[in-house]
Amino acid sequence: MKTQDTIAANRAAGTDTLIGYFPLGYPSLAESIEAAVAMVEEGVDVLELGVPYSDPVMDGLVIQEATGEALAAGFKLRQTFDAVREVSSRVDAPVLVMTYWNPVAQYGVEKFASDLQAAGGAGLITPDLIPDEAAEWLAASDAHDLDRVFLVAPTSSGERVKTASDLSRGFVYAVSTMGITGERQEVDTLARGVVSSVRQQAPEQFTAVGIGISTSEQAKAVNSYADGAIVGSAFVRAYQDGGLPALRSKVRDIVSGLRK
Amino acid sequence: MANLRDQVGPYFGEFGGRFVPESLIAALDQLDATYQAAKADPTFVAELAELHRTYTGRPSIITEVKRFAALAGDIRVFLKREDLNHTGSHKINNVLGQALLAKRMGKTRIIAETGAGQHGVASATAAALFGLDCVVYMGEVDTQRQALNVARMQLLGAEVVPVKTGSRTLKDAINEALRDWVTNVETTHYLLGTVAGPHPFPTMVRDFHSVIGNEARAQMLSEYGFLPDAVAACVGGGSNAIGIFHAFLDDESVRLFGFEAAGDGMDTDRHAATLNYGKPGVLHGARSYMLQDEDGQTLESHSISAGLDYPGVGPEHSWLKDLGRSEYRGISDAEAMEALRLLSRTEGIIPAIETAHALAGVLKLGKELPAGSSVLVNLSGRGDKDMETAARYFGLLGTD
Ligand SMILES: Cc1ncc(COP(=O)(O)O)c(C=O)c1O
Repeated sequence: MKTQDTIAANRAAGTDTLIGYFPLGYPSLAESIEAAVAMVEEGVDVLELGVPYSDPVMDGLVIQEATGEALAAGFKLRQTFDAVREVSSRVDAPVLVMTYWNPVAQYGVEKFASDLQAAGGAGLITPDLIPDEAAEWLAASDAHDLDRVFLVAPTSSGERVKTASDLSRGFVYAVSTMGITGERQEVDTLARGVVSSVRQQAPEQFTAVGIGISTSEQAKAVNSYADGAIVGSAFVRAYQDGGLPALRSKVRDIVSGLRK
Repeated sequence: MANLRDQVGPYFGEFGGRFVPESLIAALDQLDATYQAAKADPTFVAELAELHRTYTGRPSIITEVKRFAALAGDIRVFLKREDLNHTGSHKINNVLGQALLAKRMGKTRIIAETGAGQHGVASATAAALFGLDCVVYMGEVDTQRQALNVARMQLLGAEVVPVKTGSRTLKDAINEALRDWVTNVETTHYLLGTVAGPHPFPTMVRDFHSVIGNEARAQMLSEYGFLPDAVAACVGGGSNAIGIFHAFLDDESVRLFGFEAAGDGMDTDRHAATLNYGKPGVLHGARSYMLQDEDGQTLESHSISAGLDYPGVGPEHSWLKDLGRSEYRGISDAEAMEALRLLSRTEGIIPAIETAHALAGVLKLGKELPAGSSVLVNLSGRGDKDMETAARYFGLLGTD
């Protein structure tokens, strides 16, 4: 299923949207697949599977540690497609892949897109690829009917917000605060501004807010002005602390706040 | 053909660009705009030149080293003495320029990465001079092999943060500095220490270091009456090399040689010979040659020299390599340490271990260049910071 349809269906039903991140290969490929499936079973609407990368400059310590562990355990890029194939055959949620750019560039942008489509993946979130550098990816994602999620930040100019929003498909990723992934007390102030900038520049586009969201209250608040909340580090930390049961209960906890 | 010297970013052929989180774009745009305005502003140009005259100690001199040259063969060797700059290396050229820009942008805090510690020391120095807060990220491995420079930075008032992630060297220090910058970009300027990173850094840092080659070219002509046949420098990220190359890019008679760290040797996989053994890819915000595996994961580099121990390189070098304008070769730890010993013994000049890679390269060039050739070498730094490594390497501590 396409990300846009999922969000649109939720909006039509008056339901909030939760987008959940989990790193591939952590702590092993099989366990990361089980974790992703469990997240959807507990109520995550859209999955964001992270490709472990040696130099994750957008990530805080929690995700750095998990993806570092995945690489140390021998994660290989081609396993991304195996995981996407298995997860999307088992659950009905759109499966996005979140990846830094160099792995895609080395694999071959066109081939990556083609293999991702064949595996049933919905598309890519690209934290270090700005639209200005994305010509090859724009072409490949069009050719293979894939979502492409660009980021917008509190510091992005109106013109940049417009470009990123117009070129995004699925949703545009509004960075809630100036910073890297991690759990934060306060996400709201800047995030509202970014979302309203997207609304102004590209009224048709969906916006999901990410970076720093870790509680049910935050996810609920974000959904009151955006089209979805993205949660990552909080899920990874739950898994680090208590494995699959803790992850399930963290997802349940956030979902219960959204759905009541 | 257009002059190679006129090339500016964001792209050098297929290299360069900006592969960074969107959160940083506004800061990069602000930096670029501030730099463009400053470059065209006679006040800025004069202020930087005056700082170089009265603080850095520019122009740096050229020393002909006859006894060392005799070891290389029938060539003449000239050293551009960046080691005599305040703080002991070429790094200060870039740091003073960027610190002035930080002030222009109203930023009160600078952050920097450092490998050998020379860029960290230079940054801490500029921060002290201009009254800025300064945090230096340094791989934990490097804080150990460059302990004296950690103390120097602290004495200068900087906070040194040991980076414990990844390979715990320069590459990871850059990651950590980028994370800090994303978070604190309002108040903070990232004073990147080499010609790598997203645009405008490769162009701007090159421009600040081009004073090296501009001076050296004029000095060769006025003091000796000719241009050198070859120019040589060590290449880590590539700042001292591009700094001395740039003035000569359009002098077709002048060959350009960059010497990378070959670590345990070019026939091993423990090296930092990015341009020799890397492939084009994206690292730290730019497309350039880099050491990576087939999945695009960055490989760890290896070198006795912390300042060359980096799996990436600036995009302009990748461009010059592919154009065939400059040649890049590897020098092993052992070859570099021998050159360090030889320059010390024959000339009374103890070079930095980074720089010793260029000197070892010159010893080899002596065997291959036509008799009577002259080689200009960027003596990018002095060896004081490396005394512990060198003393241990040569068994001079008495205890090991
Ligand atoms: C003396 C000296 N030379 C060279 C380098 C390598 O850097 P680059 O290649 O940017 O000149 C360093 C880096 O720390 C250095 O301290």
